[in-house]
Amino acid sequence: MTVISPVAVPMDVPPYRLSGSVYGALLNHRSALDALGTRVDDAPYRGAPRAPVLYIKPRNTLAVSGAPVRVPPDAPELEVGACLGLVLGRAAARLAEEEALEYVAGYLLVNDVSVPQASWYRPATSAQARDGFCPLGPRVVPRAALADPAALTLKVFVDGALRQSARCADLVRPAARLLAEVSEFMTLAAGDVLALGAAFPAPRVRAGQVVRIEADGIGCLENPFVAEAA
Amino acid sequence: MRVARVAYAGAVHAGVPHSLAGGRTGVRLTDGRVLPEEEVVWLPPLEAGTVIALGLNYAERARELAFDKPQEPLVFLKGPGTLIGHRGATRRPADVKFMHYECELAVVIGRTARGVRRAEALGYVAGYTIANDYAVRDYLENWYRPNLRVKNRDGATALGPWLVDAAEVGDPGNLALRTRVNGKLTQQGNTRNMITDVPGLIEYLSGFMTLSAGDLILTGTPEGVSNVEVGDEVVCEIDGLGSLCNTIVADGVFGR
Repeated sequence: MTVISPVAVPMDVPPYRLSGSVYGALLNHRSALDALGTRVDDAPYRGAPRAPVLYIKPRNTLAVSGAPVRVPPDAPELEVGACLGLVLGRAAARLAEEEALEYVAGYLLVNDVSVPQASWYRPATSAQARDGFCPLGPRVVPRAALADPAALTLKVFVDGALRQSARCADLVRPAARLLAEVSEFMTLAAGDVLALGAAFPAPRVRAGQVVRIEADGIGCLENPFVAEAA
Repeated sequence: MRVARVAYAGAVHAGVPHSLAGGRTGVRLTDGRVLPEEEVVWLPPLEAGTVIALGLNYAERARELAFDKPQEPLVFLKGPGTLIGHRGATRRPADVKFMHYECELAVVIGRTARGVRRAEALGYVAGYTIANDYAVRDYLENWYRPNLRVKNRDGATALGPWLVDAAEVGDPGNLALRTRVNGKLTQQGNTRNMITDVPGLIEYLSGFMTLSAGDLILTGTPEGVSNVEVGDEVVCEIDGLGSLCNTIVADGVFGR
C-alpha cells in the first residue's frame, strides 16, 4: 500500500526499487541458534522457535552505505548484524519453496545494527529501531548475476580487521524456505527486503570505528560509527 | 473534522460523514457524490508509515495475562500489508483455536517528533482513529513475543473508519472503548487506564526513534478479548471516533 523510498540505493528502478519495508529473521544463522544451546528449553523460551522469528526495521532506521551510524550515549557498544538481504521483485504470497526464488529481484547487504540484547523474549524495538540502524546496499545485484547465494560468505571488517566470516550456507532456513514460511501468513510486496539472519557472535563496535561488510559479487557496505551528540 | 479514504467507481477518494435519510450513515466524496457506507470500499484512512503497536498497556489486561507491569513499554512493529479498512474481512485460519480482536485507540503522528517531552507530545498528533489489532494466540511463541505470525497477518489489523482531527478529540486520555461481537458487548475499557498514556508513549518512542507524519501508534487493548468465529461481525467503538466494523471469514474465501 505505502510506497516510501527513504533509501536511495543505486539501481533505484523497478523491480529493484525498495518499498521501504525491511523484514529480518532472527536466529536464522546456525551459529546464533547453536550459541543458545540448551538455553532454548529454559524459561522464558521453553522450547526452540518453531516459526521464523521475524523483526521489522522501520523507515527511520534505513540508511545508505557511507551514512554515519550514531552510537547513543546509553549504549557504548553496538552490535553489527551482517545479513544477506533479498529484494522482492513482485508481490509474494503463499510461495512454494521450489518457486520462491523466482520472486526475488536481487540481493543486497543489510547491516542490522542493534544495541546488544540480553534476551530474545520480547521484541527489542528500542534496541533495533533507532535512527540509522539499518544501513543497506551498496546496490541491488540482480538475481541472475549471482549464481548461488548460498555459496556467499559475508565478511565483516572493523577498521580494516576481519572480525567475522559468515557462510550463507549455514542458515537454519535457507532463502527459499524462509520466503515460503513467511509468505504463508504475510504477503511481501515488490521492493520489500527480507534479511536472512546474522551469525553469532555479532562484532561489537564503538564510536570512531568503521564497519565494512563485503561479499563477493555484491560489493561493500561501509559505514562509520560516530558518537551521538548528547 | 473527520476524513475517510474510500474507493468508489474506479478511483480513490477522500470522504466526510454525511447523514442520510432514516438515520443511515453515509459518506460525501470530495466531488460531491453522496453514498451509503455500504456502497463504497473503505480503505485505511491514511497511508501509514511506520506502524507501532503496544502490548500489555492496560493494567487490567496485563493482570488478565498474569504479567506484572512491563519494565518498559512492550513495543512491536507491523508492516503495511496487515492494514485493512472499515467493513473489511479478516481471515481466521481453520486450524486455530483462539483468535481474538483487540480494540485500540490509534494515534496518527502529524509532524516529525524526536526527543519530545510529554508536556508537548500531543502537539505532534494529527489525529486519531480506531484499530482492531487481531491476534492468533495459537501461534504465540516465547521468541520476540508476540511475533509477526501472531500480529502481522495479512488483513488482520483493521483501521478506521475516519481519521479524526486531534482538535476534535481533545484529551485522548478519557475515551471509552468497547467491542461488540454480533451485537453483544464483549469488551469495555477506557483510555484513562493505559499504563503508558498517549503523551508518555510519544515521549518514550521519540526518545529513541524519530517519528514522522503518518506514523501510527496502536496503543494497546483493555481486558475482555474473546475468540471469534467465521461469520462473526466485530464492531470496535471509541467515543468520538466512531465504529469500526470487520467480518471474520474462512480460509475458503482465500482459496485455501
